[in-house]
This record gives sequence, C-alpha cells and structure tokens, in this order.
Amino acid sequence: MWRRRLLFMLPLAVFGLVAAWFVAGLDPDRNPAAVPSALIDRPAPPFDLAALVEGAPGFSSAELGRDVVLINFFASWCVPCRIEHPLLIDLARTRQVPIYGIVYKDQPDAIKRWLGELGSPYARVLVDPESRTALDFGVYGVPETYVIDREGRVRFRFAGPLDAETVELTLLPLIESLRE
Amino acid sequence: MIRVLLVAIALLASAPAFAVEPDEMLADPALEARAREISRDLRCLVCQNQSINDSDAALARDLRLLVRERLLAGDSDEQVIDYVSARYGDFVLLDPPVKPKTWLLWFGPALLLLIASFGVLRYLRRRQNAGAPVPLDATERRRLDALLREVDDSTRSSDAGHTP
Amino acid sequence: MIVEFGHYALILALLVALVQAALPLAGAARNNTAWMNVAMPASLLLLALIAIAFLALMRAYVGSDFSVQNVADNSHVLKPLLYKLSGVWGNHEGSLVLWVLILAIFGAAVALFGRNLPATLKARVLSVQAMIASGFLLFMLFTSNPFTRLDPAPLTGADLNPLLQDPGLAFHPPLLYLGYVGFSMTFSFAVAALIEGRVDAAWARWVRPWTLGAWTALTAGIGLGSWWAYYELGWGGWWFWDPVENASFMPWLLGTALLHSALVAEKRDALKSWTVLLAILTFAMSLIGTFLVRSGILTSVHAFATDPTRGLFILALLVVAIGGAFALYAWRAPQLSPGGLFRPVSREGALLLNNLLLATATATVFLGTFYPLFLDALGAGTVSVGPPFYAATFVPLMVPLLLAMGVGPSLAWKRGDLGGALNRLAVAGGISLVAAILVWSLQTGGPFMAGIGFALAVWIAGGVATELATRIGLGRMPLPASLARLVRLPRAALGMTLAHLGLAIAIVGMTGSSAWVEERIAVMRPGDKIELAGYEFRLDGVTRIDGPNYWAFRASFGVIDDNRTVATLRPERRFFRVQRRPTTEAGIRTTGFADLYAVIGDPDGEGGWTVRLYREPLVPWIWAGILAMMAGGLVSLSDRRLRVGAPGRARRALPATENA
Repeated sequence: MWRRRLLFMLPLAVFGLVAAWFVAGLDPDRNPAAVPSALIDRPAPPFDLAALVEGAPGFSSAELGRDVVLINFFASWCVPCRIEHPLLIDLARTRQVPIYGIVYKDQPDAIKRWLGELGSPYARVLVDPESRTALDFGVYGVPETYVIDREGRVRFRFAGPLDAETVELTLLPLIESLRE
Repeated sequence: MIRVLLVAIALLASAPAFAVEPDEMLADPALEARAREISRDLRCLVCQNQSINDSDAALARDLRLLVRERLLAGDSDEQVIDYVSARYGDFVLLDPPVKPKTWLLWFGPALLLLIASFGVLRYLRRRQNAGAPVPLDATERRRLDALLREVDDSTRSSDAGHTP
Repeated sequence: MIVEFGHYALILALLVALVQAALPLAGAARNNTAWMNVAMPASLLLLALIAIAFLALMRAYVGSDFSVQNVADNSHVLKPLLYKLSGVWGNHEGSLVLWVLILAIFGAAVALFGRNLPATLKARVLSVQAMIASGFLLFMLFTSNPFTRLDPAPLTGADLNPLLQDPGLAFHPPLLYLGYVGFSMTFSFAVAALIEGRVDAAWARWVRPWTLGAWTALTAGIGLGSWWAYYELGWGGWWFWDPVENASFMPWLLGTALLHSALVAEKRDALKSWTVLLAILTFAMSLIGTFLVRSGILTSVHAFATDPTRGLFILALLVVAIGGAFALYAWRAPQLSPGGLFRPVSREGALLLNNLLLATATATVFLGTFYPLFLDALGAGTVSVGPPFYAATFVPLMVPLLLAMGVGPSLAWKRGDLGGALNRLAVAGGISLVAAILVWSLQTGGPFMAGIGFALAVWIAGGVATELATRIGLGRMPLPASLARLVRLPRAALGMTLAHLGLAIAIVGMTGSSAWVEERIAVMRPGDKIELAGYEFRLDGVTRIDGPNYWAFRASFGVIDDNRTVATLRPERRFFRVQRRPTTEAGIRTTGFADLYAVIGDPDGEGGWTVRLYREPLVPWIWAGILAMMAGGLVSLSDRRLRVGAPGRARRALPATENA
C-alpha cells in the first residue's frame, strides 16, 4: 500500500526538482546567451599579426610568456568598446598591465581616428585582416578581453564591456596571482 | 548613400532573412553539400537559436567560410566540427556531443521509456490479478438475464456496431 | 479616462475573482447552496469587468493613445488597423489581458451552460478557475500593468515588431491562448474532481468538449505559427525545435494524450487517475510555456521580454497552482475507485500505449529544451540542443505510436482480437510496404527515413479506412445499407476518422518536404534565368514600392515550363521605417503537390540581386493535414451527444459502476 502512495507522490517530487531548477535559472547574474570560452587553461592559439601603423612592431604568440598580458579585441563601430575604454586606459597606465589590442572587422583609418580621439591603452595595436585570429580565439563579438599567463595559456575570458566591479574583484586579483 | 545605408542595415540586421551568399558557395557541389550539412549543425552564437546556415550575422558568415576552407583543405566532417568546437566550445554544436555531462540528455528518453513501460506492465499485471470477479449468485443472475434481454430488444432496432 | 476605467475594472476583477475563488469552494465543502450560487453571478461579473479592461486597451490602441505606455511601446500611428488591433496582444502585458479574458469567457460558459453538472462540482470548478484568474490578475497588476501612463506622452510610438505585422501571426496568439486556457478548464475540472473525491464517466463526459476545443485551438495555433515561419522567414523551414515552439508543442502532445485518456475514462471508466494526472500536466506545460517566453531564462527568437522578476512571479504561480494540484493528487488520487478492467491487447491497452509514448515524447522535448538550463544552473558549462537531438530521439518514439495508431481503432474495448484486427488490416499493411519500397526506389539520394515516413502515413490512412469500412459493414451488406450507416455515424466517430487521416496527410507533407527540397542560390540580374526542378525561373525586374509604414524592393519572377509562363512570384524585402528591421516576404506558388518559393535578398550594388529559389515538395499537404485535424476536432465537438445530459438513462446504464 505504501509503495502505491509513494508512486502517487512522484509527480510532486519531480515537479519540486524542476521548480528548483527553474529558480536557479532565474539568477540575475546568469546570461543565457553567454558562451564559456573553450580555451581556458589551454595554450593561446598561434598567431602572427602585423601592426596597425606601418613600420611599428607586430605581435606574435611567440612573444607571449614573458609577462601576464591582456589581449583586447575591439572596433571603432562598437559602442560598448567605447564604454570600457577608460577602464582599459586606467589598467594600462596606473596598474601597469600590458594590453595588446587586436582590431576586429574594421578599417585602419577609422581605428586611427578612434584611438586619436579617445587615447590608446594599447602597448601595440594589431590588425587581423580576415578575423582568422579572432576565430582561433573563439571571439563571437566585441569587446572581448583575454588574460594570458606567463606560460602563454589563456586563463580568463571576458565577453562584453569591462566594468569596474569585474576589474577590481576578478581581473586584478587574477593578474596579481599570475604574476607571482 | 542609399547603398551604404542598405549595406549598413544588412550588416546590423540579424533577422533570419538570408544566409548563404552566392560568393561563399564552393564550386564542387559535393563539398558544398557537405558544407551545408555541417553548417546546419553549427550554432550562430550571436543569434537566437539559429544555425550558421540560416543567419545573416557576420560571425555566421565567418564560420561558414571557415567550414568551407577546412573542407577544401581535406578535413573530414568530424575534423571540421572538432576544429570549430575547439575554438568555440560545445555550445556551438547544435548536435550535443555525447559526453558524461550529456548522458542524461541522450539516454534519458530511452531510459524513461523503459521505466515507464515496466511501470505500465506491472500496473496491468496487478490489475489482472486483483480483478477476478466474484461469481454472481442466483438473484443477481436472474437480474442480469432480464437486463440482457432488454438490451437485446432495444439494440435490434438500432445499430449494433462498435461503440466509438 | 477610458483607460482609467479599464484599470479600475482590472482591480475590481481581481476582487471578484478572489471572492469567486473562496466562497463557492467553501460552500461546496459545507453544502451551503447560497455560497455555491455566488459562482454564477461572480463569473459573469468577472467576464464583464475583464471585457471592459480589454476593450479599453483596444480603444487606446486603435486611437493611438501614446500616453499609455503599452501603446507607445508597441504601436505607431501609421500601422494598419488590423495590426493596431492585433498589437493589443502582440506584447507581454496585452497578451495577459487576452489570457484572462478567455479565462473569464470559459468560466462564464461553464456557469451558464453547465446546468447538468452537480452543484458541488460546478462550484468547485468555478472556484479553481477563479483562483487561476486571481493569480494572473495579481501578476498583471503588480508586474505587468498594461494601463500605466506615460507623462509626457510621446508624439509617436515605437511600432510593433515588423515580424508580427502579418495576418498569420496576428491570429497566432489568440488561438494558442484558446488552447492554453481551454486546458486550464480541464485542469479546473480535474482539481475539482480530486477535491470531490470522485472521478467517473460523467466527469469525463463533461471534460471532453473542453479538451477537444482546447486541442483544436492549439492545433490551429501551432499550425498557423508554422505556416507563418514558412512564408516569412525565408528559407522554407517550418519547424526549428526552438524553445518557444517546443513550449506550445508539449501541451499539444500531452493534450492529445489527455483527449484519448478521457475517452477511456468515459467509455470504460478506466484510466481515471491517469486522466486527472494528464489534465494537471497539460496545464502545467501551458504555464511553463508562459514562463519560458516571459522570464528570459532561455534564448529564443520568440521571447517576449527578459525580466527575471516577472519570471519569479510566474514561477510562484506555477509552484502554487501545479505544486498544489500535485499535492492534492498525491493525497486524493489513491482513493479513487479503480475502474474497469481490460486486457493489455484491447482498445484501452492501445490507448494506454498511446499515452505512454506521448508522455515519453513530451518528456524528451522537455529534456531537450531545458537541458542547457540544467547544466548551466549546475555550473557545468552549457550545451546547445538543436534539431539533430530531436531527430534522433523524438522521431523514433513516433514510429511505434503511429504503428499502434493504425491498429488501435480496430481493436474492441476490454478484450481486443489482435489477430482479427491485423487480418483486416492486411491490405493496409501491404499497401504501406509497397509505398515504402516505391519511395525508396524512386527517390534519388533522399534520407532513408522518407520511406518509413511514407509507409507509416499510408498505414494510418489504411487503418482509418479499414476501421470505417468495418464499422459501416462495407462488403457485409448491400451498399445502400452501408451508406446509410455512414450517414448515421456519430459525429465523434467521423471526427476521429478525419483527425487521424489529417495526421497521416500531414506526415506525408512533413516527410516529403524534409527529404526532397531543391534549392538554388545565386546572384541574378533582370533578364537572367535559372533552372530548378524542371522549371525556368526568370527575374523580370525589381521595383521599389512603398507601404504604409515600410518601403520595399519587390521582385517579379516568371516561372516558365515548356515555354509557357505558369506562374509569377513576387517576393519582397521590406524595410520598416521606425524599427529599422528588414523582413522578407517570400513569393510562393502552390501547385497542391509542391511549392515554388522565391526570396529576394540584398542588391550587390552592380545591378544584381542575391536570390534564393526553392522547390518544396508536399509542403501544402502539411497545412492540409493540419486543417483536417482541426476539422476532425470541430466535427467531434459538434456531436450532439456531448450536449445531452450526463449518461445515466435507466435502460442503457448497466448497474455495475461503483463510485468511491
């Protein structure tokens, strides 16, 4: 008799589980469209990019491994890039973090104008003509920021404009710990 | 000016209106067919639930070109898919990979069917055993006969087919 | 002013609903007739108040009153009238008003026409309905008020999403809601029956028209949505296993199971607790669908709004309504009388199998839809579940179901003669096999499932025909007598025949269109010709036209067969001025057996246009099949026996049914 009663309670039990699941899904910090990076803890993909400005030094993956670096994909037509820009400048100047900017689907002139207007946080600005490097990194929009450690491995990816909270609470502590 | 506007609108729109462009298509129809098949199983990450085959987005176009490039380089279908998912993760695959974390997804339905079938079979068997009817006594039997005669009379004049 | 009336009407409606939820229920428990009788006037008053609110909102839309925030967000002065009207429900808040309006209409219908319902059952049903209405009204008034004002009012509105400015999609929500709310009615009946402690054949008879009506409306709504996607989205697809599509499909699957289970409950007084459970589950799926679209937990092309607070509220509604119903079920269902016996091989057995497979299929769709959320919530990363998953899991489940569907109607109740049935179906089976082989040998490179799909469709059609022939005694008696029987068949039987046949036709359409689509993509200049499927498509020209709130490029294609122009296709690419989104309108020509389909894209700046041409075989059969299913549902609904009072006339009923 008891087993029969238990069976009748099954729908309620399953429903309870499903409801809990839904509640977890409603967490405001959760973004259902966010894509976790496939490169975390794996070596950065090989790349060799030319500089935006003629004659300036390019950047290649062979040069990774000396210090912790940030790689930031950006474009002049990208509004959130503009919003995060001051944070990047601050990171580069006052916190001494080297940031390498890679241009995503944009015209050289437009970028030059943009950087001229807003200032440049970048140690070097590189072009990625067919977005091949972006594809290799798994970039799906701009801006995106990657933290690469001393062994040339990707340790963190942030998609979207950086905000002060993320920088203070996640990015800087990570960079510090990687530098030890 | 109109042209710039149109191109701008086309770029910004990710409405599922148009996708594979003529200039992307490969010359070899067999390879192109393979490319389409593979693209159908790759998700456009900046759209909402579409494959890269059916999306206008720039990223979708890049991925379509990437798929064709790898096919031209001689990769097998599986190698192409691995190439893309190595960069974008499992999320880009509309055909979820069979890994421990998706076992429940892939084997769930079959498991459910099995459990439910068992349940139903047990239910039926229990009902069979429990339901042996008590035989009728004399009064009940007479009543039954009378009723059956009534029913026979009334159904002779109307249809006696299946009850729907 | 009118808008404020609408607002007050909603608040009053909430108060009435709360009273209606409490008094009749308490009255039924204490057998207090006065309290139970409150239900009738309350439900009529509720209807009147909500109707006032709905009309007030509609008036604001038609009059383009942009001081109402909802109107400002979703409408525009230049929008055509039809879309001003449909814009009322083309957004989150307005759609909720439509939801409760339909809820109120159905409640009033039960109050007015449910004369032969026992008083306590009727009171309880209306109370539960009012509880649901209260929930939704609370939700509206606290999180989604359609009547909030904007000050200062903007001069012009933000326009309705261009994709929704379409006749097909204008009617898609009302039909779906008729379905969802219809299932809320069966839910109310189920909960009321659990409270009463009695589920019997009479209850199943009362529930049937609601189930039928809801199922028919849902079929229509889903069909309309698919049809819209086909001609609007521009590449000939009609189903994408998108979460919101699945959200309407799951109640449909369960609703179908419910329909058949209620049949067994009515005819044989069996499967009663199954039926009650299905009634609760179907409504649960309707509510979960509502939750999905409005809470932002999943990404989808269709999603209304992404607002977690709303999501939380609906979730609370879900927990109270469904959790409460399941708790009630756990407590009361074991006490229901066990009901009629039957052998596994019998019509009841076949219907039980039907339910089993449909429920598993629903669970499969549920798993696929919510698995990404499950993984994400566990922090295990995430996956995408797309069409390949469903093709591998859902489709195989359908095969035994469709096989059973061919045999089931030919089995007798209680103790079926499978051998006899299969004997009668031998011809049907033979033809299906032949069909499979034909398809397999004729097709060039299509998928192997195409043959199976066709065979199953022919099998079902054959089963339907065989059952009908047996029932009217075709061949066993002179033809006029058989025809006489055909004419006097109960409508429910005809309805079943039509609906099952409709499914078979739709399956042929689905199989054909998935397997044998032909496509050409190219850049064309006016005067160019492209060959496809034996026709020649010639681009005659592209002109620019102006619509009420958009401008468009319209192309004209001549379709030539044998040097004769057989059709002209006029696809458009529209650009809406306010929302700045382009949409495509495909140019379609139906020949009954296939669709010729043309889509125009963007110009390449050198006089050429990107163009997509398709031949979609058998797609019209999908729509025809769906229409037949709807017709079957409507014919069944019109069966006069459904309107006659509860079964129980002394001579027909055998005194063997016990009630708990």
